[in-house]
Amino acid sequence: MHIPDGFLDLKTAAATGVLSAAALGVSLRRLNGSLPRRKVPLMGLAGAFVFAAQMVNFPVAGGTSGHLIGGVLVAALLGPAAGVVVISAVLIIQSLLFTDGGIVALGANVFNMGVIGSAGGYAIYRGTRLLFRSESGRLLALMVAAWGSTVIAAACCAGELAWSGTVAWTLAFPAMTDLHMLIAVGEAVISALVFAAIAAARPDIVAEDPASAPVHEGRDLFQYGALIAIGIFLFISPFASPWPDGLESVASRLGFASAAVARPLVPSPFGGYTIPGIGSPVAATVIAGLAGTCVVFAGGLVLARVLTRRSPR
Amino acid sequence: MRHDYIDRYARCDSPVHRLPAALKLGVAFTLVVSTAAVPISVTPYFVACALFLVFAMIAAKLPAVFVAVRLLALEPVAAGVALLSLMQHDGLSVLVRVLVKSNICLLAMVLLSNTTPFADILGVLRRLRFPPLLITVLALMYRYVFLLIDQSERMARARKSRTFSPRRGKRWKTAAGIVGHLFIRSTERAERIYAAMTARGWR
Repeated sequence: MHIPDGFLDLKTAAATGVLSAAALGVSLRRLNGSLPRRKVPLMGLAGAFVFAAQMVNFPVAGGTSGHLIGGVLVAALLGPAAGVVVISAVLIIQSLLFTDGGIVALGANVFNMGVIGSAGGYAIYRGTRLLFRSESGRLLALMVAAWGSTVIAAACCAGELAWSGTVAWTLAFPAMTDLHMLIAVGEAVISALVFAAIAAARPDIVAEDPASAPVHEGRDLFQYGALIAIGIFLFISPFASPWPDGLESVASRLGFASAAVARPLVPSPFGGYTIPGIGSPVAATVIAGLAGTCVVFAGGLVLARVLTRRSPR
Repeated sequence: MRHDYIDRYARCDSPVHRLPAALKLGVAFTLVVSTAAVPISVTPYFVACALFLVFAMIAAKLPAVFVAVRLLALEPVAAGVALLSLMQHDGLSVLVRVLVKSNICLLAMVLLSNTTPFADILGVLRRLRFPPLLITVLALMYRYVFLLIDQSERMARARKSRTFSPRRGKRWKTAAGIVGHLFIRSTERAERIYAAMTARGWR
């Protein structure tokens, strides 16, 4: 999901940059106020951990393999503010040294993977946790959060590419979101397995201590939520209306006008037809997303039970 | 340490290496931002950028093969978006735009990271009043990332030489075990680092 430079225009880069800087500012102020000094090295090591963990391969099928993304896992282990800062640091190092993700696109990448992927995922985690308070409920919440935040981040990434005029929304949204619904299942399972492994070896690290619960968490999550809502309003909602908006109708008129000279080189798998009874590939993806949430919920319930039963207490 | 190849040439010596880090960071940042802003129809700008960067690469005595390999590493990412853009009406022009712009920006970043030690880049960011906590996290991360990658590879190798199970579920569980223990070792290392930093008078 790392967007390289050259894929976003300045307007999108500026909007995502402002949102990410605001979220990073909120997180750093919270940490400056509440993070004990002895936890500062852990922040750097957690960043290095995310990086190294992404080198560990999980075999999928036919020689391909996936890896942990880690935003929700870090937020669940260290808190949402630390999650945003750690994932941002990872993305900064990746863009400066590993040329993985661009500099102009850094704001977008931090917004998608740090703010939505980590803080947004943490909000889903806490929300699900309110409903399922048991030990296995914790793993279930982690899986639902990892799945949901990865899919929403992918949809936002598609919106940013579409807003930049790089890939049309009707192509980018189904392609990015459908692909990441599968990746997100892997992320959910890996996050839960890793969390269970840590809990089995060092229960003290993952212990939930009500006495040290963050006081301002509600306010923090509200601030992250507001920033994410602005982002979704900017990047996704212009395209989500059932009527073609100005941009789309202009594009389609231009498309018709210039169809003779500029036909697409590769025919779109989504373009020529609509799914009976559903209408468009965008609507189909939304429906798949809702169905997927139910499936992940049910599957997560089973896996969480299995993992908590096995781990010795 | 096997992973120092990422910015292997950062500590070499050449006229470009001796330039102040602030200047190189400023030029790279300006170039990347203006490349995003300039429309693709302004061909002279992009030719000038490419020539300038190739000249800088030669002046920095960076091997062209090394730089080319770093550029090629991006192409799989670009291919996905390129494939999508080919399906729309103005696909070819979008593809050209994206490829030209992304490769110029990438070349600029490869040159920056291979002519400027990361500590110097952080020094510039510190002088620009970036949040101190973020700088500390970045510095610690850069110091330990290669160490932890090595550690995770050693753990994966040890696992590989001991387990023979072809079952995918089992392999996921052992891989998750490696990642989990990597986190535990990271927290323990962080505690030792804190003790060592305090013993040397940190804050």
